[in-house]
Amino acid sequence: MNTHDFTFARTKLKALASGALFWPDENLLVVSDLHLGKSERIARRSGQMLPPYETIETLSRLDEDLAMTRAANVICLGDSFDDLEAGQSLPEDHVLWINRMMAGRSWVWIEGNHDPGPLEFGGSHRAEVAIGELTFRHIATPDAEAEVTGHYHPKASLSLRGRVLTRACFLYDATRLILPAYGAYTGGLRSSDSALTMLMRPDARAILTGTPLCELPMPR
Amino acid sequence: MAEVPEFISDWFASQNWQIHPHQRDMIARAREAATLLVAPTGGGKTMAGFLPTLKELGKNPSRGLHTLYISPLKALAADIKRNLRRPVDEMGLGIRIDDRTGDTSQTERKRQRVDPPHILLTTPESLTLLLSYEDAPRIFDGVSRVVLDEIHALAESKRGDQLMLALSRLQALAPNLRRVGLSATVEDPQAIADFLAAHPAKATVLHADPGPDPDIAMLETSEPPPWSGGGGKYAIPAVLDQVRQHNTTLIFHNTRAQAELFFHNLWLANEDQLPIGIHHGSLDRGQRQKVEAAMVAGSLKAIVCTGSLDLGIDWGDVDLVIQVGAPKNVKRLIQRIGRANHRYNAPSKARLVPANRFEIVECQAALDAAAEHQLDGEARGSGPRDVLCQHILVRAASGPFDADALFDEVTTAGPYRDLTRQAFDECLDFCATGGYALKAYDRYQRLVMRDGRWQLRDPRAAAQIRMNIGTIIDTDTLKVRLKARRGPSNAGKPLGEVEEGFAASLTPGDTFLIGGQIVRYEGLNEMTVQVTPNAADKPKIATFMGTKFATSTQLSDRILRIFQQESWPDLPKHTSDWLSLQRKRSQLPEPGRLLIESFPHDGRANTVIYGFAGRNAMQTLGLLLTKRMEEQGLDPLGFVSTDYAVLIWGLRPLIDPAPLFQRDNLRDALQTWLAGNAVMKRTFRNTAIIGGLIDRMTRGARKTGRQATFSSDILYDTLRKYDPDHLMLEITREEAMKGLIDFGRIEEMIDRVQDRIDLVTLDRVTPLAAPLFLEPGRVPIKGQAEQRLLEEAAEQLLSESGLNQIEPQQRRWSVPY
Repeated sequence: MNTHDFTFARTKLKALASGALFWPDENLLVVSDLHLGKSERIARRSGQMLPPYETIETLSRLDEDLAMTRAANVICLGDSFDDLEAGQSLPEDHVLWINRMMAGRSWVWIEGNHDPGPLEFGGSHRAEVAIGELTFRHIATPDAEAEVTGHYHPKASLSLRGRVLTRACFLYDATRLILPAYGAYTGGLRSSDSALTMLMRPDARAILTGTPLCELPMPR
Repeated sequence: MAEVPEFISDWFASQNWQIHPHQRDMIARAREAATLLVAPTGGGKTMAGFLPTLKELGKNPSRGLHTLYISPLKALAADIKRNLRRPVDEMGLGIRIDDRTGDTSQTERKRQRVDPPHILLTTPESLTLLLSYEDAPRIFDGVSRVVLDEIHALAESKRGDQLMLALSRLQALAPNLRRVGLSATVEDPQAIADFLAAHPAKATVLHADPGPDPDIAMLETSEPPPWSGGGGKYAIPAVLDQVRQHNTTLIFHNTRAQAELFFHNLWLANEDQLPIGIHHGSLDRGQRQKVEAAMVAGSLKAIVCTGSLDLGIDWGDVDLVIQVGAPKNVKRLIQRIGRANHRYNAPSKARLVPANRFEIVECQAALDAAAEHQLDGEARGSGPRDVLCQHILVRAASGPFDADALFDEVTTAGPYRDLTRQAFDECLDFCATGGYALKAYDRYQRLVMRDGRWQLRDPRAAAQIRMNIGTIIDTDTLKVRLKARRGPSNAGKPLGEVEEGFAASLTPGDTFLIGGQIVRYEGLNEMTVQVTPNAADKPKIATFMGTKFATSTQLSDRILRIFQQESWPDLPKHTSDWLSLQRKRSQLPEPGRLLIESFPHDGRANTVIYGFAGRNAMQTLGLLLTKRMEEQGLDPLGFVSTDYAVLIWGLRPLIDPAPLFQRDNLRDALQTWLAGNAVMKRTFRNTAIIGGLIDRMTRGARKTGRQATFSSDILYDTLRKYDPDHLMLEITREEAMKGLIDFGRIEEMIDRVQDRIDLVTLDRVTPLAAPLFLEPGRVPIKGQAEQRLLEEAAEQLLSESGLNQIEPQQRRWSVPY
C-alpha cells in the first residue's frame, strides 16, 4: 500500500496517495471536498458542458481506497457535493453506488460551504465530529486544537533542477491538519497563499500526494 | 483609362506619383466577386486595395458601411487610418474612416454600431465579435467590399480560418459583398485565392511587378562561425560595421531568447554607443511603442528584433536586414528582406549570419532558393474543427439558426469547402450537448432546438461566448517589473513578460535577461515578477517563448543536394574542407536515403541519424527511437536533436537499424508515448479553449480564481479514460501531429527512404557528427528519474528544514506564488 505514516496530535495516521487520510486505530477513512456533481452544476450555471465523468472517477477512487484500507468508518469532510441540487440530481446508478459503499459502514457527512444542508443519503449529517483527540470539521477555526479540516484544497510546488512539480498536499503542524481535495475536478490553492501561510505555523509540513508520497517543509 | 476618376488621378499627379499598373487594374476589376493582389512590400498594395472604394464612394457618399478593412495587426489598422486620412482629405472626399480593435473604447464601439462609418478598419477578432451581436444584420446591411490585408499571413493560421468563416456569415448578410485579398509574394497564390473566394466562386489573381531581385548574401566575418550553437555572437564586430554603414538596420533573430542575448552582447561591444534598440513580443507594450516611435523618427541605427517586426508598418528608413541564424524557411526570409527599403523598384538588401557550420550550408541553400524564386510553404489541410465549433457558438450568440443553412454557409468558406455534413453535425452536437458518449446534459444543453431552429438555452450565455472569441491562446505569462525602492510594491517600471513556467523555476538571486538588461529575481508579488537591476555579466538565459522554427522541407532537400556536389566553390573554405573530410571518413547524407553512423566516443556507443526532417520531427524521432532501443536492450542514455540529425548515446551499439524505422512500429510507439505527453496536454488546452469547452483564462480570473478553477490537464486525463473518441481529443491528436510533434514529416522521411538505410560503422566520431556533441538541449532518458529526483530533493529538504525555516535566503526549493 502506497501510504505515508505521520503523527499528528499524538495520533498515528496514514496519508494515502489519492489524498485520503486513514486512521488505522479507529479503522477510519477520511476524505474531503469530493465535489460530486460538479460538471452538472457548471452546466446548469454557465452552460459549459465539461466531460461528465468526474463523479464516476471520484467514486472509483473512493471505492479503491475503501477496498484497500477495509475501513469500517468513513468521514466525508464537507463539500461532498458541489451544491445541494447537484447532490439531489445525481444519476440513479451513482446514488446506488454510494449506497453500496455506505452499506455496513458507519458514515458521517460533515457539512461544507457547498453542501450546507442534509441530503437524502443515509449516515449521519453533522457540522463537526470529535473522535479521540481529534476534531473533524470542514473549515479550520482560529484557535482550534487537534483539528482535521478540508476546504482549502492545498497544493504545493517544488522545483527539481529546473522542472516544477505541483501536487495536491496535506498540510499539518502541531494543532492543525488540512486535507487535500479528493474530488476529480478540483483545483488547488498554493501552500504559499496567505490564506494558508497565516493559518499554518512556521514549522508546518506538507505531504505531497501521488506516487511516491513525499513530506517536506510547507513551501511558503 | 476613363475608369480612374479625376479626383484620384489629380491627387496622384499632385504627389508627383504614377498610378502603378496593378493599382489601375484593381480599379478596373472592382466589380469582380473576389480578387487577390500579389505585390512586394512597398508596392502601394494597401492603396490599391482602397482605390475602388474611394472611386465608388466619391465626393458625396451616402450613409452606411461600404468597406471593411481587416488586418492581422491592431497597430496596422490604426496606421492605415492615419495614412488613408490624408489622401481622402486631399481628394476632398467626405468619407468617414474609423478603426475598431481591442483598444477601441466602449462608447466609440457603441457609436460605431449605431452609425457605422464608410470605411471600418478592424481585426479578424473584432469582426467576429461584431457578427456575434443580434444587430449584425443592420450594421452590415449594404456593405460592398472587404479588403483583407496581409492575407498570406492570415492564411497560415487559425485566425484566417476564423476570418473566412466570419466572411461566410457576412456574405449571407450582404450577398453582393466583393472580396479583395492583399498578399506578399507567396509560393502558391492559387491556394490563397481559393482561401479567399466564396466557394464555389473563384478569385482572380493579379500580380504586381515583383521589382528587382534583392541583394542578398552571407555576411563576411573575420572569424568563422562556431561548430554549434545558435547565438551568432562571433559575428558581432561585422554586424556593428554594417550598422555603422547603413541608415537603419533590422537584425532579425529566430527566438526571443536569442535576440535578448545578442542584444546584450552587441551592447557590450558597442564602443561607439550607436543607438540600438530591441523589439520583441515579450517586451512591455510601452517599451515596444517607444522603440517603434524612435524608429519612425529615424533616431535608431539598428533594432534587434524577432517575428514581431515581420508584418506591417513602414518603419522609417530601413536599408539593411540582417538575419541571424539560418532562416529555416525561404518565404519568411523573403518577407523579412522586404522590410528593407520600402521604395518600390529598389532592391532590398539583406545579409545572413549563419550561427554555426551547419547553418552555413543551410544559408547557402536559402540563397539558392531565393535566387531561383522558389518559396516554400507547407500545404495546410482543411479548416480545423475547433474553429468551426467556435463559429457555431458565435452564430448562436447572434440569434437562432437553421442547421442546413449554416452548413451551406460555412462550406462557402475556402478552408471549409470540403467539410462533410457528418463532421459539421458532430461539431454542432458538441456545441449543443457536449458530444459525450455519456448523455449527461439533457436538462442543461448549451444549444436547444426550438421551432426547428437552434438557439442558446440560456441567452445570457452569449456574453460568455463573446468573451472567448479568438483563436490566439496566450501562454500563461507573468509581468516583470523593476521593484520600486519605496511605495507600493507594484509601482516599479514594467519590463515585459516571462512564461509562468520560467518564473516558477526562478529562485531569488537568479539573474536573467529581459529588454537587454540583466535583472535579479527578487520574488513574486501579486502575479508580478519583481526584479532589481543587476550588474552581473553572465545571466541565466531567459528561456521564455522559445519559438523554434523547423527547417522547411525545401531547404532540407536543398541541403542534401548541396552535399552531392563534387566540390563547394560557393561555400567558405573552412566549410568545404569540413564536408570533404566527412566524405573521406564516412559519407555525406543523400536524398532518398537515410544515413546512420555508429561509432564509439567517450566510452559510449553513439548513433547518429541524419533524418533532415526539421527540428520538431527530429526531436520526436529521438524520443521514439530511444524508446524502441530501450526495448531492444541497447540501453540508450540520452539524445540530442537538431533540424538535421539526432545523436543517441548509450551503452550498446546499434547493429540492425531497419526494424527501428518500420512505420507501424514508430506509429505504435508514438501512440503510447503521446498518451501522457505534455505537448498533448497543451494542445488539448488550446483546442478546448477555441472549441468553447473551457473558458479563456484572463489575467483577472487567474488572480481571483484560486481553487475554484482546475487545470485542463485533469479534463484531458478524464476524457482519455472515459471518452477516448471524443471530438476534442480527435482534434487534439490531429493538431499535435502537425505541430510540435510533427509526425507527418517523420512519415514523409520514412516513405522517401523506405529500406534505403545506410548504416556506417566507424571507430571514431565523424566530422559531420562532431558538432552534435556540442549541441545544447540534451534529453536524458528518464524512466523513474522524476521519482528519484523527488525523493532526493525531499530528503535533502527535510535534513535542512531547521535552517530553511529561519533563513529564507538559503531555501533550496522555490514556489511560484
